[in-house]
Amino acid sequence: MRKNIRLWFQAAFFALTNGYVTGFTQGKIYTGKAKYLCAPGLNCYSCPGALMSCPIGSLQAVLDGRGFALSCYVFGFLMAFGALFGRFICGWMCPFGLVQDLLYRIPVRHKHKNLPGHRYLKNIKYVILALFVILLPSVIVNAAGVGSPWFCEWICPSGTLLGGIPLVLLNSGLRNAVGFRFAWKTGLLTAILLFAVFYYRPFCKYLCPLGGFYGFFNPIAAYRFHIDQDSCTKCGACQRSCKMDIRVFEQPNSMECIRCGDCMRACPHHAIHSTAERIIRQEDGKS
Amino acid sequence: MSEHKRNLLCISALMMAAALIFTGIIIGEPSVIFAKAVRICMECVGIG
Repeated sequence: MRKNIRLWFQAAFFALTNGYVTGFTQGKIYTGKAKYLCAPGLNCYSCPGALMSCPIGSLQAVLDGRGFALSCYVFGFLMAFGALFGRFICGWMCPFGLVQDLLYRIPVRHKHKNLPGHRYLKNIKYVILALFVILLPSVIVNAAGVGSPWFCEWICPSGTLLGGIPLVLLNSGLRNAVGFRFAWKTGLLTAILLFAVFYYRPFCKYLCPLGGFYGFFNPIAAYRFHIDQDSCTKCGACQRSCKMDIRVFEQPNSMECIRCGDCMRACPHHAIHSTAERIIRQEDGKS
Repeated sequence: MSEHKRNLLCISALMMAAALIFTGIIIGEPSVIFAKAVRICMECVGIG
């Protein structure tokens, strides 16, 4: 149980934020007031079970409707989540992260941490954030001045997996409406899921704009990692255990870190601590 | 960067986040998001 605590947390968080069971039985989506709020992870608001709104979808929705103006409300949510947790959200609260974690557990040969060209590929997510989430929805508009949610429309595999496929399976009206875009997105989803069996979280590493955004907050987030320089011998055990391939002893708050905690468990000198752990220790020291 | 500076930046970001959410509420953004979120987003699910 303790070994899989993150997996249990991810599953519980998924159940909590996608708990609209009627949606799954009737092929509909939740329409209650919780949808005024943004979920922390990449959780499509068209998922039949989703109780909250997807922050990336919401960002584009406001851009679509108001020209080139970023949403204060959604940016506020993103900043608050980022400042509190950073990419802890990716590691512990994102439904698509959970899916990739489960796929990586499938025992196959030739598992790798990274794709070839990782050093350069990891920057694609920032291009997607700037281009598909912010620029294209605000610049390319129709005659009525309304843009499209480009990221959702052409890339988001979470939307296809959690929203598209269940709705198409459950709703005959939608089944009749599938076309090229659905085929494209299903193909992209399939490719990402296949890669996720062999490479650790390829979508999070290379494509996710939400992870890219939260990554900016990792160095200052309330939940951070600290290295005890007196104990650390720079043996590299942390990097070897890190599936995101981070030199934790040098960059404990790297923008790529999803806070899975594998490095803390792997450190033979117990030199890596989270802020939460430090506070608990300080409290214990006082009492 | 010192721990003190990191904490200050974190608190500043949280305060700015609260101000942005409040501004968003004042200018009516939640209703735009709600209107989008309670209808099946055909583009999001890849239909159309």
